[in-house]
Amino acid sequence: MGYIISHYWNELVQGLGYTLLASVIALFFSTIIGTMFAIFEVLPNRLMRVIGRVYIEIFRNIPLLVIAMFFYVIVPLYIAKIDGFTAGTIGLTLYTSSFIAETVRAGIQSVDLGQMEGARANGMTYWQAMSKIVLPQAFKIIIPPMGNQFINLVKNSSVLAFVAGFDLMYQANSIASLSLDTINSYMVVGLFYLVITLPLSYYMRHLEKRLAN
Amino acid sequence: MKKLTRMLAALVGFGCLALSLTACGSRESLSKQDVLTNDRASNTITWGVKAETKLFGLMDVKDNQVKGFDVDIAKAITKKILGKNGQAKFVQVTSQTRIPLLKNGNIDAIIATMTITPERAKQVDFSDSYFDAGQSLLVKKGSPVKSVKDLNKPGVKVLGVTGANSVANIKKFAPKAKVLELSDYAQAMTALKSGQGAALTTDNGILYGMAVQNPGYTVVGGAFTKEPYGIAINKGQQPLKDEVNKALEEIQADGTYNRILKKWFGNVAGFDYKEAAR
Repeated sequence: MGYIISHYWNELVQGLGYTLLASVIALFFSTIIGTMFAIFEVLPNRLMRVIGRVYIEIFRNIPLLVIAMFFYVIVPLYIAKIDGFTAGTIGLTLYTSSFIAETVRAGIQSVDLGQMEGARANGMTYWQAMSKIVLPQAFKIIIPPMGNQFINLVKNSSVLAFVAGFDLMYQANSIASLSLDTINSYMVVGLFYLVITLPLSYYMRHLEKRLAN
Repeated sequence: MKKLTRMLAALVGFGCLALSLTACGSRESLSKQDVLTNDRASNTITWGVKAETKLFGLMDVKDNQVKGFDVDIAKAITKKILGKNGQAKFVQVTSQTRIPLLKNGNIDAIIATMTITPERAKQVDFSDSYFDAGQSLLVKKGSPVKSVKDLNKPGVKVLGVTGANSVANIKKFAPKAKVLELSDYAQAMTALKSGQGAALTTDNGILYGMAVQNPGYTVVGGAFTKEPYGIAINKGQQPLKDEVNKALEEIQADGTYNRILKKWFGNVAGFDYKEAAR
């Protein structure tokens, strides 16, 4: 393992960088998109609810690899020239956003209906009540499942390996074939993923504790 | 702080687990078993072959059989070693999985468009070469890329396959180009069609097969390396290696080799059958 780490340090650091970058971008956008579709799903407007439902069911029920390949192979052919990293990150964002939407929706629905009614009765508009009263409470409730989604997101970023996105998994395949030492190559990359996921999981726990008090 | 210590402990724990697993990864007993004796007893040789490489080893979806030059050579060698009733069993491999599968004992030998290289020869033993390939380029017809020199520019992307020797070669011949490694040739071809790279590089034998399957794409630039294909056998399996080499000589002497070569490459445009015949 020491040999792999010292000999392929540059490749590993490059992989770590691309994995982190893809994860941060996907985390940011999937949270925004996911929350947006979660709100669609609880809106009184029936058309918006249907749009939210369709989006979530499409991206939640198609394998991530298929979504990523779609953006890598089909989109450059007919729509826009995007490279593997971009294609993989877009796929990862849309896929994760559907799971985050379901999580946020569950959070919103677990907030007592009286909260919304009370806020409206006090003269708030629907959007004021949603953004100032309901969503803050919902987010507090869903921190543990959101932590799960974020950790899954980091691990799912390994899909970039299949679209030549230069992430950790891509480097792992490359190192394994160069060094011909498959077991140690994947072990080392497993450790590198822990470097991202362990602090993330620690931070989510910390957040949960802090907000509980 | 306490949490941080615990986190570190988890990391260290994983590291130890990894080390101990590696220790048992190198199974001593396997290399001591004689594969040839086992194969004679079961009357079967298990070969690792490609299943996505036209002309060498391609899965025929109609009957679920892998067909190609490598497969036929493997069958001919099996008959020479085990006799007329000898059975050849085929396991699909990729450039990435073939060496681990051989080392684990899942397959007895690899005949999967595998170039003989000094680095690989440290891990496995090679038979004599059974096919002389050379690295070349596949591009869209009418592409400005005419030879490997046209690729040596910043910003040019070249497609290859992880684990293939050609990826290491192209980095030498076109150091300025960016190499994108995909998991197999079918994927690399799809990426070429989507315009993810200017050219696809690997051995010409494989590229000719892709050009046959994909009219509109053509092999350019001629071969810029020599890539002799060999059959890989585990270290310490000298008896099997000797038998394979003997069988290779026999099928070349009795014309079986040329018959198989003609069957697969006789009609391939741009392939010099007479030069490759033995």
